[in-house]
Amino acid sequence: MKIRANGMHYAALNAAVRDSEETDIEISGCGGQRYLGAGLADRKIFVYGTPGNALGAYLNGAEICVDGNVQEATGDTMNGGVIEVHGSAGDATGYAMRGGKIFIEGDVGYRCGIHMKAFLSQHPAIVIGGRAGSFLGEYQAGGTIVVLGLHTDGKPVIGNFCGTGMHGGEILLRCETLNVALPAQVRAERIEGPGSEESAALIREWCARFGRNAAPYLQAVYYRLTPNAENPYRQMYTPN
Amino acid sequence: MELYIRPDYEIVRNESRCTVCRVCERQCANELHFFDPATGRMRADESKCVNCHRCVSLCPAHALKIVKTDDAYRENANWEAQTMHEIYRQANTGGVLLSSMGNPKPYPVFWDRLLINASQVTNPPIDPLREPMETQLCLGRRTVKAERDEHGRLKDTLPPQLKLSVPVLFSAMSYGSISYNAHESLARAAAELGTYYNTGEGGLHRDFYKYGKNTIVQVASGRFGVHKEYLETAAAIEIKMGQGAKPGIGGHLPGSKISEDVSRTRMIPQGVDAISPAPHHDIYSIEDLKQLVDSLKEATEYKKPIIVKIAAVHNAAAIASGIARSGADIIAIDGFRGGTGAAPTRIRDNVGIPIEMALAQIDARLREEGIRDNVSLIVGGSVRSSADVVKAIALGADACYIGTAALLALGCHLCRSCHTGKCNWGIATQRPDLVKRLDPACGCKQLVNLITAWKHEIEEMMGGMGINALEALRGNRLMLRGIGLTDTELRLLGVRYAGESL
Repeated sequence: MKIRANGMHYAALNAAVRDSEETDIEISGCGGQRYLGAGLADRKIFVYGTPGNALGAYLNGAEICVDGNVQEATGDTMNGGVIEVHGSAGDATGYAMRGGKIFIEGDVGYRCGIHMKAFLSQHPAIVIGGRAGSFLGEYQAGGTIVVLGLHTDGKPVIGNFCGTGMHGGEILLRCETLNVALPAQVRAERIEGPGSEESAALIREWCARFGRNAAPYLQAVYYRLTPNAENPYRQMYTPN
Repeated sequence: MELYIRPDYEIVRNESRCTVCRVCERQCANELHFFDPATGRMRADESKCVNCHRCVSLCPAHALKIVKTDDAYRENANWEAQTMHEIYRQANTGGVLLSSMGNPKPYPVFWDRLLINASQVTNPPIDPLREPMETQLCLGRRTVKAERDEHGRLKDTLPPQLKLSVPVLFSAMSYGSISYNAHESLARAAAELGTYYNTGEGGLHRDFYKYGKNTIVQVASGRFGVHKEYLETAAAIEIKMGQGAKPGIGGHLPGSKISEDVSRTRMIPQGVDAISPAPHHDIYSIEDLKQLVDSLKEATEYKKPIIVKIAAVHNAAAIASGIARSGADIIAIDGFRGGTGAAPTRIRDNVGIPIEMALAQIDARLREEGIRDNVSLIVGGSVRSSADVVKAIALGADACYIGTAALLALGCHLCRSCHTGKCNWGIATQRPDLVKRLDPACGCKQLVNLITAWKHEIEEMMGGMGINALEALRGNRLMLRGIGLTDTELRLLGVRYAGESL
C-alpha cells in the first residue's frame, strides 16, 4: 500500500498503517509525523521524508526503512524488529530498547542507547555509521552499540560522558585512539577487529544495508567499552 | 572499633509462660531468638530486632512482648536518640541512610484537622441502608465536544475511562519491592472489588495477565518490563514521574534482589542491577511529557487512559496544570507521607509536601484555569481510613490510592524494614520461605473486607451529609471545616474554620 503523507495528522497516518491489510507499506512525503509504526509487529514500512519523534516506539517486530533523517527518540522501548535510517538520527535513539536492531547510516545525537538492556535471547543492537553525541550508552544494562566513525571532520567518535552509569552490555568504537575521557565505571580495551562474531555480523549487516565493503571495517581497530567490574556503579547505603 | 548502638526495643519473655517451643526462633528471619542449652531457656539478641511483632503474634503461649527500651541517654530535646543513632551509623559505615515506608516524623496531618459536616433539620440525612448511594465513579477526561451522526444521534466521543465501584485503588508497588503473594492478593482483591491495582515499575508477572482489566501498569524511566503486550493487557497506563516518599529520587533494585522470577517480570538478566533514575531522559518539559503520553496512546490505539503520577512538591499546582494540558487523562499525586520499599532517610523525611495541601491547591488551580475536567485526580501518600477518603474527595480528589493501608491489611506491622528484604510477614521479601507465609486467598479476603468496610463508612458519611453520590461530594469544600489550623492553612485548603457558618 502506498500512502502520501503530505500534511496528514500523525494519528490518521498511524491508523492507516495499522489498519492496512497489506503488510508492505510505502509512505511518501513524510514530514514530522510522530510515533510512526508504534508497537507494530507485522509490517514492512518504507518511508520517504523525515518522520517525527518516537519513530518505531515499542516496535515489536516490524521493519522500518527511512530514506532520510529521523528525529528524536527513534525506537523508544523497542522490543523487536529493525529500523534502518539512510541519514542521521536525533537524540535518545534506542531509549531503553530491549530487542531488535537499529542501523543509522550517519550520526546520532545525545543519549543514544540510554537504558538499553538485554533479556534472555533478546540482544538489542545499534550500529551508527558516523559519530555519536554525548551520553552514548548512558545507564546501558545490555546489548551492543557500534560506532563506526565514518565522519571525516576529525572529531572524536563520541562526545562526553559516554557510558555514564553503564552496568551491562558493550560499546564498540572504531577509532585508532580514544582521545575522550570515560567515567570510572567504564573499562576500555583496544582490540583489532570487532572482537566477536556477533559484532562482526552486525557490522557486515550495516555494510550490506548501506552498500559498503565490509572488509576495512572488520579489520579496523576498535575500542571495546564494558562496565568496569572493579569499580561498579553503586552508592553505599546504611540501613536505618 | 564500631560505635555501639543500643537496641531500641527489648524483648520481654514471660518465663513462666514460655514452653521453649522455639516458634519465635523459627519465625524470625532476623535470627534473634535462640535456644540457650546451658539454661534450657530461650534468649534473644535484641540488636537484631526490628519490632515487626511476628514472634509476639505467633507465640502460642503469649509469652512475648516487645517494649521500647527505657535505657536513656541524657535527655536532650534537640539530639534525640534516633538522631544520635543515625550519626553513629554513618560514622561506622560512611553510608547513606536507607529507610522504608512513609515519613514517620511528627509533621501535621491535615486530615486530622478537618471535620466533616452532617445534615440537621433543613436538609435531611440519607439512610444508606434503605436508600441508594452512588459510590461508583469513572476516572478519565470528561471534556469532549458533543458530536452527532447524520441521524442526529450522539456519537460516543468519550475518551477511555476507568470504572470503579469504590473510590479507592491500590497504589503502585512493584514485584521486587513486594512479593509474588502480595501481588496476587492485590490483583485478586482488585478484581473482586471492581477496582484496580498497580504493578509499579517492575513489570507484570505472566501469571497475573489474567487480572489485566483490573491492572494499571507503570512506565518509568528504566522502562522495565514495558512491551506491547504489557501495555495492551492493562486497563490503564501510568507514567511514573515521581513518588511521594522520594521526590526527585529514582529506584535502584540491587542485582542481589533480582531473582529469576523478578528478572523475567522486569525483562532484565538475573543478578543485574535494575536502575530507574528519577528523570526520564527524554522528558524535560510538558511538551516532552505529551510526547510520551501520545506515544503510549498510539501504541494502544487510544483505548487506555494514561495516568501521570507525580510527587507532591512545592510547585505541584503549576506542574499539574501542565500535565492537565499534556493529553494525560488522570493525574496521580503522591504526598510526602507515602510509603516506599526503600528510600534515603533524608529524602523520605524532608522532601515534598503533605498531600492535603497539594490536592487542595491543584484542584483550585485547575478549576481557576477551567481545565479541571480535562483530568481526574487520584491522591495517595497516606490515606489511612474512609474518613481520609471522604475528606480527600471533598477537597477535590476523584479517588484515592492506598498502599500502606493495603499492606497493613495483608499483615504488615509497619516495622519499616522493607529495605532489608527479610519481611517476616511475607510481604516485602523475595525469600520463598518467607513469601509463603502470606496466603494470597487470605490476603485477598482481608483486602476485600477492608475496602468493603470503608465503602459502608463512606456511604454513611455521605448519607449524613445528605449527599447520595460521590459526584456531589467532589470538591465540595463546604462539607469540611478546619480545626487547629492557621489562617494560611485554611486559605490554602480552601475551608472555613469549625463553627463558621455560611
